[in-house]
Amino acid sequence: MNVHVHPTQEFRFMRPDDGIKKGDPLLVVDDISLSFGGVKAITDISFDILKGEIRAIIGPNGAGKTSMLNVINGFYHPQKGTITFRGQKRSRMRPHEAANHGIARTFQNIALFNGMSVLDNIMTGRITLMKRNMLWQALWRGPAETEEIENREIVERIIDFLEIEYIRKTPVGRLPYGLQKRVELGRALAAEPSLLLLDEPMAGMNLEEKEDMSRYILDVNQQFGTTIALIEHDMGVVMDLSDRVVVLDYGQKIGDGTPDAVRNNQDVIDAYLGVSHD
Amino acid sequence: MLYREAGDFKTTYRADEQTFPIRSERWLFWTVMVLAFAVVPFFINDYWNKAVLVPFLVWALAALGLNILTGYCGQVSLGTGGFMAVGAFACYKIMTAFPDLNMFIVVVLSGFVTAGVGILFGLPSLRIKGFYLAVATLAAQFFLIWVFNKFPWFYNYSASGQITAPERTILGIAVTGPNSLPWATYLFCLAIVFVFAWVARNLTRGRIGRSWMAIRDMDIAAEIIGVSPLRAKLSAFAVSSFYIGMAGALFFSVYLGAAEVTEAFGIDKSFLALFMVIIGGLGSILGSFLGAGFLVLLPVLFKNIMVNQFGWPTDVAAHLQIMLIGGLIIFFLIVEPHGLAQLWRLTKEKLRLWPFPY
Repeated sequence: MNVHVHPTQEFRFMRPDDGIKKGDPLLVVDDISLSFGGVKAITDISFDILKGEIRAIIGPNGAGKTSMLNVINGFYHPQKGTITFRGQKRSRMRPHEAANHGIARTFQNIALFNGMSVLDNIMTGRITLMKRNMLWQALWRGPAETEEIENREIVERIIDFLEIEYIRKTPVGRLPYGLQKRVELGRALAAEPSLLLLDEPMAGMNLEEKEDMSRYILDVNQQFGTTIALIEHDMGVVMDLSDRVVVLDYGQKIGDGTPDAVRNNQDVIDAYLGVSHD
Repeated sequence: MLYREAGDFKTTYRADEQTFPIRSERWLFWTVMVLAFAVVPFFINDYWNKAVLVPFLVWALAALGLNILTGYCGQVSLGTGGFMAVGAFACYKIMTAFPDLNMFIVVVLSGFVTAGVGILFGLPSLRIKGFYLAVATLAAQFFLIWVFNKFPWFYNYSASGQITAPERTILGIAVTGPNSLPWATYLFCLAIVFVFAWVARNLTRGRIGRSWMAIRDMDIAAEIIGVSPLRAKLSAFAVSSFYIGMAGALFFSVYLGAAEVTEAFGIDKSFLALFMVIIGGLGSILGSFLGAGFLVLLPVLFKNIMVNQFGWPTDVAAHLQIMLIGGLIIFFLIVEPHGLAQLWRLTKEKLRLWPFPY
């Protein structure tokens, strides 16, 4: 069996997109409201994410950004509104079902599996794409091992892409923060997502790490054609990376458009800088 | 300089993912296996069989089972004794109902019965975690023992309430009952433990093992990347109970020969297995063996040294032995909270660089 994969060999995610072309809406959020008891986290929000774009979601703390991501990947169930993903209206679903449909994400606070190595963490990202049942797994030699090695090859290409070859066998708990964030991106990429949700991928990073991470995000978007929705507080990063920005404040949408349009939107400026109420 | 990886290159992912990636480690493993399978059976006597090797193997199997659940999937269980009882009674019922059945099949079937019961008692794990789950599994322990005492059908209405293992064979050789020979029972247990330790290694290295560890390390993240908590947790309960059930079947049929449920499978057995897993190393196959070795073999060793070598009275030796074991447990947990397996791993890391510090 030839297991040597040339690093420049084309590596493009193959998840079928049901005829959705670049520029068509991949995910449409329509009139979503989410509340916890009396607390309204999100009120009547609608926006769409087009295939192939980088869509930023910004807003002050507590605006409902992370709640929005949690709604998209099925962790919260909104009281009102619909989500259409890849042209299909989505019924209430559990997070692991959303993952099966091609939505992957990273977390604001790193949520890696600390007891496992970098390689195992990224391999876990492919869990929805590995199918051999327990009997084959118990035997190992044969189909289970073949499947493992096929997936390992793809994971090795992600490791190569993220330049973390030298730490592939290191337990993630021993890694510095910036590398952990990178491994988490690798784990999300391993699922070959059609929609990648990044929740503050650059939180707590220094300038150099931010530049690296921005490069990876752009490369993922351009090389793999992955659609990305990202939450970020660093406005410089948001304005440079994203194609379109949606702005939330107190659970409501106050702006939506290109970075330039949003930058000059009076509501957005007021939300960020505050406004006198007299 | 025996242990090193310089010059030990891997050119395929398959070679990279083998269980013992370093050549000297592979040699050590196979040497031990050849000794265990081909040399020990010629020298084994009844004492070594009954007091040392069979209990070690049976408890290693039980610890392996609990380690899958607690060490790999992070679900604390105090029901090990109860599940071992299920395995023992399943074994007894199958042995008496089908006298001609090969004993190996009997033990595996007992494992499957226990797996079913394990899934049932694993259901609370979908809602509760940690200490609360431990308490829920404690309920399993008491409930199962009560059931086996309450309903005489389980012990075939015998007057004493005991279950006694009749003589059963593999290929015409008795492995249970009073006429079984030491080498036969030893090899029988060793073969089962070898095969299923290998299976455990395979299950934990691949997709299923990773889904367990993902649930253990961060269940919410695991669910968001596509692990179904229901399937991961219940499969861990099933596989774990399968192992523990087989251990219970062997414990009753090969080791004890006759058992009374309250005495043989009480709560102390649950704790014993849990201690083995914690001392040996959570989430490690080797750790299950080291933990079982620590808690089964050390008492025997101390007793031999104190009674046979020093000639001390048996009761003094027994008390001293309990104190020594307790002290050693504390010592090892302070030296390395992650267990003997981690200690071994660190030793290997140091050995790789020896004699240089880094």
